Amino acid sequence: MSTDLTYTSHLTATSSHGRVRTRSAVKGEWTKLRSVRSTAWTLLTLAVLTLGVAAIAGVAVSGSWTTMSTVERLSFDPTALSLRGMLFGQLVVGVLGILVMSAEYTTGTIRSTLMAVSSRTKVMFAKIAVMTVLGLVVSEVLSFGAFWLGQALLRSPAPHASLSQPGVLRAVAGGGLVLMVLGLVALGLATILRNTAGAITAYVGILLVLPIIVQALPSSISQPVTKYLPFHISDAMTSVTHVLGNSPSLSPWVGFAVLCGYAAAALGVGTWLFIRRDA
Amino acid sequence: MIVTTRVDQTFIHHRRRVTLAAGHEGDRMIEVRGITKRYKDTTAVSDLSFDVHEGVVTGFLGPNGSGKSTTMRMIMGLDAPDEGTATIDGVAYHGLGLPLREVGALLEARAIHPGRSAFQHLWFMAQTNDIPRSRVSEVLEMVGLREVAQRRVGKFSLGMGQRLGIAAALLGDPPTLLFDEPINGLDPEGILWVRNLLKGLALEGRTVFVSSHLMSEMALTADQLVVIGRGRLISAGSVSDFIAESSGQFVRVRSPQGDGLAALLVQRGAHVVRESDGSFSVSGLDAPAIGTIAGEAGLHLHELSPQMASLEEAFMELTRDSVEYRGHDVAGASGVDARTTPLTETRK
Repeated sequence: MSTDLTYTSHLTATSSHGRVRTRSAVKGEWTKLRSVRSTAWTLLTLAVLTLGVAAIAGVAVSGSWTTMSTVERLSFDPTALSLRGMLFGQLVVGVLGILVMSAEYTTGTIRSTLMAVSSRTKVMFAKIAVMTVLGLVVSEVLSFGAFWLGQALLRSPAPHASLSQPGVLRAVAGGGLVLMVLGLVALGLATILRNTAGAITAYVGILLVLPIIVQALPSSISQPVTKYLPFHISDAMTSVTHVLGNSPSLSPWVGFAVLCGYAAAALGVGTWLFIRRDA
Repeated sequence: MIVTTRVDQTFIHHRRRVTLAAGHEGDRMIEVRGITKRYKDTTAVSDLSFDVHEGVVTGFLGPNGSGKSTTMRMIMGLDAPDEGTATIDGVAYHGLGLPLREVGALLEARAIHPGRSAFQHLWFMAQTNDIPRSRVSEVLEMVGLREVAQRRVGKFSLGMGQRLGIAAALLGDPPTLLFDEPINGLDPEGILWVRNLLKGLALEGRTVFVSSHLMSEMALTADQLVVIGRGRLISAGSVSDFIAESSGQFVRVRSPQGDGLAALLVQRGAHVVRESDGSFSVSGLDAPAIGTIAGEAGLHLHELSPQMASLEEAFMELTRDSVEYRGHDVAGASGVDARTTPLTETRK
């Protein structure tokens, strides 16, 4: 290493008078997300689960249609069948949303991030933007992919669904939207908890354990609460002929609005803490 | 305790005025004013004030756990002080437009995602501050990591991680640089490289602030020193001032009537410490004065020699009270701690 190096470079003259542009902050976040293997693995897992479950469900129902009871046949919802893998997808998309923030804290990268972009609101905005766009694209591609794959593998005499039938397009597109919003809920939880294991526990708890707990409560309590659970909101969205036990559901879009409210709350609290806490 | 010099605020402010008067207009500097940081039951940094000027290497010296890293994090806007302000060229970190082009810092070398390549780590930082891709390759070349740029950071040695952290600090070509313990984990060649780098950056007119718990390292690299202990300022000034003002200048005295002489010297305002070898260390009176006192009392002197503590000793003396955790002295062991059996405390 020669010692006569000068450390001066020739950065553009505008340097010290500029500000960190939101676009630049988003670009940095995108580089961070795509430069770790966990992102690719998470997305691969997401694809395998959503598409795989759709395929298996399609094949399985085709084989057993003739032995199904009349009640089963009457309540059969081919759209919901193909979107069944989205529930597993929701767990995986949560992991992605969590890692976007928690990996910063577990590895200490958060300090590099905040030294480069001192406005924490901007950092948070960039993360939400990247997670929203990536989540939306991936979720919709997988939701439609699962639908078409599932329908293609579903053989007559089992009935098929098509996007032109009432409620089907809403179920397929909406299933993707639910997936995206849950990714944002996870990002919010991770920002609050700043810890991968804690955030995953909280996320899985809300998604899967909470419904079980609510179920165990007396129906006078569980009845009015159940429909607000993410699990049920998602189920209402992805079903065309909706039958789920005897608990009333929110209509798909009202449920979706409630879910967006959860994401906004988690991200709001997270951002508020993010701005105030030491890195 | 030979010297209990506590540099008070008036001294610091006096120094600052002098330096400002001597410095030219627009001196870029880090100004820390009365910052205090409390955690649940401890105060990490307490009412700390100092300046770091451009064109010189300023060493930030203190024992482990004395609040150096916390102070640096507050300067870099990562931790918020409970009281006080830290500014860079008059602006708090949050007010900097493109921060990486104003200040670069190596805080914790290993605070990098192990799954990301060195190049991608620097590239994401560069993108946020509109720094061209070519600059990323440039700093990787500078720190000698060009060949491993695409390798994942998790596979890096401690020294390579340290070099990557230095590359990140240099990325925006900033006029102000902070380095927290930059030589940790480096081999001798790496240590030499860092020393030359720090000096080179200062020669280019940059403001360079570097922390270390090793006095010897600071003696080799720094021009100015800020010394803290337990989160409080102990001393600030040039390295030579530091030795002159705060190192234990004392006189070693041997006498067959040692106890009698010691009592006399204490009466005259000296601070006397009996050493394990039977001699006395006297401070507060110079050698001629001690000789005169002994002569007037008719006491024999076998040794009367002015002593100058090394920089390392001076540092240990200064921070003795402020070391958070310290091994217990082994009975009879020689060394700074075993030496002191104060007869009296005459100075506070």
